Amino acid sequence: MTEDDLDRNRRHFLAIATTVTGAVGAGFVAVPFLSSLKPSARAQALGAPVEVAIGSIEPGEMVRVLWRGRLVFVLRRNDEMLSRLDENMDNLRDPNSEVTEQQPEYAANGTRSVRPEYLIVEGSCTHLGCAPIEDFDVRPAEGWGGGFFCPCHGSKFDLAGRVYKGVPAPTNLRVPPHRFVRDDLILIGQDTGAA
Amino acid sequence: MARIEAEVGKPQGGFMKWIDDRFPFTETMKYHATEYYASKNFNFWYVFGVLAFVVLFIQLFTGIFLTMNYKPDAAQAFASVEYIMRDVEWGWLIRYMHSTGASFFFIVVYLHMFRAMLYGSYKKPRELIWIIGMLIFLVLMAEAFAGYLLPWGQMSYWGAQVIISLFGAIPWVGDALVEIIRGDYSISDITLNRFFALHVIALPLALIGLIFVHIVALHEVGSNNPDGIEIKKLKGDDGVPLDGIAFHPYHTSKDLVAIIIFLMVFCGVVFFAPDMGGYFLEHANFEPANMTATPEHIAPVWYFTPFYAILRAVPDKLWGFILFGLSVMLPMFLPWLDRARVKSIRYRGWIYKSALSVFVVTFFVLGWLGTQPADPIYVLAARIFSVIYFAFFILMPYYTTIDKTKPVPERVVYHD
Repeated sequence: MTEDDLDRNRRHFLAIATTVTGAVGAGFVAVPFLSSLKPSARAQALGAPVEVAIGSIEPGEMVRVLWRGRLVFVLRRNDEMLSRLDENMDNLRDPNSEVTEQQPEYAANGTRSVRPEYLIVEGSCTHLGCAPIEDFDVRPAEGWGGGFFCPCHGSKFDLAGRVYKGVPAPTNLRVPPHRFVRDDLILIGQDTGAA
Repeated sequence: MARIEAEVGKPQGGFMKWIDDRFPFTETMKYHATEYYASKNFNFWYVFGVLAFVVLFIQLFTGIFLTMNYKPDAAQAFASVEYIMRDVEWGWLIRYMHSTGASFFFIVVYLHMFRAMLYGSYKKPRELIWIIGMLIFLVLMAEAFAGYLLPWGQMSYWGAQVIISLFGAIPWVGDALVEIIRGDYSISDITLNRFFALHVIALPLALIGLIFVHIVALHEVGSNNPDGIEIKKLKGDDGVPLDGIAFHPYHTSKDLVAIIIFLMVFCGVVFFAPDMGGYFLEHANFEPANMTATPEHIAPVWYFTPFYAILRAVPDKLWGFILFGLSVMLPMFLPWLDRARVKSIRYRGWIYKSALSVFVVTFFVLGWLGTQPADPIYVLAARIFSVIYFAFFILMPYYTTIDKTKPVPERVVYHD
């Protein structure tokens, strides 16, 4: 075959058709591999809601539970703690819980909780995911009003998990979906169904 | 037609000819070793490429043996590492070689990169070698990070938590991306399993592939030298560069000495200071991962701390991520940031010499700051030095243009 016999249009068409078909095939084959990286059915099942008995938590006391492998703080605030919530509003980045992803609607209130007494927040700093340390003592000399302190990069949160200004964490601690099953039992991870 | 006349069944030209007719063995050896001419004025700084190969070999070899006893399972990983340390014969040695090798990999690679900055090895025509090298560095960082999760200690877990969370700072896709990296809603057995796959298969393959391409590109353009002269410009009648000597046996024999000295230092660390006072193996990692409590003081291994200090210096999550990424990626653009007409520091003016000195100090200070707790005074210092770090790169087109350079000689010179 000489150069003159070449049907360049035909060759061009075949090259394009082959490339496009190959690309589509690659696109299709990428789907199962990428999907396999997502949480599996078992991981999703293990991420089911957890029940926490809260009857034995004393006022001022906090327990740590794991939901979906994530740390969740359940803090029973006493009256004195609740009274402190309004003191530092000016130093907070989002005092009125306006960032909607950080809490369900029913926790977007002054105490960031369903029942003012019980604060339920994820123990995961919104900066880079370290577990904040609870420090409920008030030390006015240090400008510390009590709350949570992240040891990794120094982010600070108040007794409602609200972030202070001037720290790396951008938003308040996340309130997971939860509901009260009974007065002494909460379900973390689910907020629908019969109460 | 000598071949036809030859006695049937009798090999002509010996075994090597038989091979060479089927595989370009002699040709390849000549091209890459016995007739690959590198400058005869190589100094101390030119041994780190070969040493990187030595460490790579140590890591691959010890890694294979560790894999035989390690269990990539969140319930068993920590115990299996203890089992290697206590019950497997010589297991402690193999594991310490691997953990020490990780740190030495970075020591050698950082010195190798510094050599390129000293003698302008990234400049034309070696830009691509430098870019491939930077890709190797990125893969190496990923490899080290994935490997650090495997012992499933406290620092493994929380270090991974912090670094994976970094990707959550990307707008829109961040949260979904983090979930795909972890394969779960938190770092779990699933994450450990896939990091194991990346650490022992995917990333080593990528590393070896990139190193192969790095060498092919190097041997295409030829090695730089401490004078930054292109030795291929002046060739003898035999076509050999006047200032070049064959890689094998001349450079290889001097490299052997370097390898032996290197192995002495390496063994010293393996036998007498495998944790290097908490820098090579962090003490918090001698406790199994605990999802409910972050260690009081959390810091990455030393080789990540300069970049980590920059991340921590930024009081904003997204900007912290951007500047962190930029601090790692910026060196890739050196071939175009550096506008100097000469390559080697020997013929550069005082401005670049000062800038490079300040940069080296900055890199060390940031590295040290990254190991310290997040106290305000350290954060302030990290901010100042982060600015210097970025200034070195961003102002480079300016100060390398105005810097007075000295004339570069025709032939390489000897320094005592």
